[in-house]
Amino acid sequence: MADRVQLVALIAAVVLLFVVLEMVRRRRLMERYALLWLLSAVVLIGLAGWRNGLVHVAHAVGIYSPPNALFVIALGFVLLLLLHFSAAVSRLADQTKVLAQRLALLEERLAQVEESSELAEEGAPRIEADPERQRRFARVSSD
Amino acid sequence: MSSKSSYLAVVPAYNESASIVGVVESLRERAPDFDVLVVDDGSTDDTAAMARLAGARVLKLPFNLGIGGAVQAGFVFAHDHHYDYMAQVDGDGQHEPAELRKLIAEMKSAPHPDMVCGSRFLNDDFHYPAPVSRRTGIHIFASLLSRIVSQRVSDPTSGFRLYNRRAIELFAHDYPHDYPEVEAVLMLHHHRLRMREIPVKMYTRTGGVSSISSGKSAYYMVKVLLAVLVGLARRRPVIEPGDGAPVSAEQGV
Repeated sequence: MADRVQLVALIAAVVLLFVVLEMVRRRRLMERYALLWLLSAVVLIGLAGWRNGLVHVAHAVGIYSPPNALFVIALGFVLLLLLHFSAAVSRLADQTKVLAQRLALLEERLAQVEESSELAEEGAPRIEADPERQRRFARVSSD
Repeated sequence: MSSKSSYLAVVPAYNESASIVGVVESLRERAPDFDVLVVDDGSTDDTAAMARLAGARVLKLPFNLGIGGAVQAGFVFAHDHHYDYMAQVDGDGQHEPAELRKLIAEMKSAPHPDMVCGSRFLNDDFHYPAPVSRRTGIHIFASLLSRIVSQRVSDPTSGFRLYNRRAIELFAHDYPHDYPEVEAVLMLHHHRLRMREIPVKMYTRTGGVSSISSGKSAYYMVKVLLAVLVGLARRRPVIEPGDGAPVSAEQGV
């Protein structure tokens, strides 16, 4: 029975390894994020294949059934990966914030530059029906 | 650079089209020294257009960043344009622009603080009409912060503030994400910058919805508490040679 569990775990871990490698090959997964996945796949393959190692690990931490140790270690990797992604999301959110702020600042500056260059080209102020333009014009020319 | 100081008033606004024109116009009328910058935090209404019509410069963020991100955009603007002082005024009309004069006077008097904060609670004759839960939360933060920074902080959530160049520079580089006011007080303390509080009037909102609904209050409390306590454990900045003497070098609670 335990052998069959180990076989399933071995096959699952090998499939995981291939899926991750294939995703990296197709550039669907960046190497930076693939490393932790590869590490977990390799460790799981090692433990699923090397029966004595698993028994030793299980014994050392007080788990009666060695296959359970395999699941505990797999769960540990899952938690590690989730934390890794939370950190990645936090960094992305911070970078996105800076980009949004920079974009707004550049748009504002561009609008100012366009307005002043229009004014310089036209020489005399053009009266327009649009009240927003009139008001902005009044501000720029008073500067 | 002329000897006259330059002032910028930053008004963060999210869906405040009902009140933004009034806020901008009263700023221009009652605080004429200030250039007015409205930071439209990804509003879905016409807040940005209304503010522009009222004569303000407008930063339009492409999506909602939250109050921290919006105000920080103002700090970056003030820093880029070399303003000497920057005020923060809420877009909902609860702050009185005429009181900015008091903040400036406090800023320019000894011992020259780096941030002056308008407090609702230093005024004996003014009753701030807020729900009990909100006031309790504010008082918890007030006593916690006062202990940490060894200085009385009566209104740590007030968004009516004036900053000098050192504070602008600090916050342009690093400003807390959401619900930033409480953490900002702590950051000033860690960077050895001084803050002062003076009593101001505050009105109830003239329109729109507060960024902190009652349902979010619990989240607000927990999030800010986490930020304050983790902030205590953060590495302290090194004091640069030539900087002002540390106001209070005590670390931790």
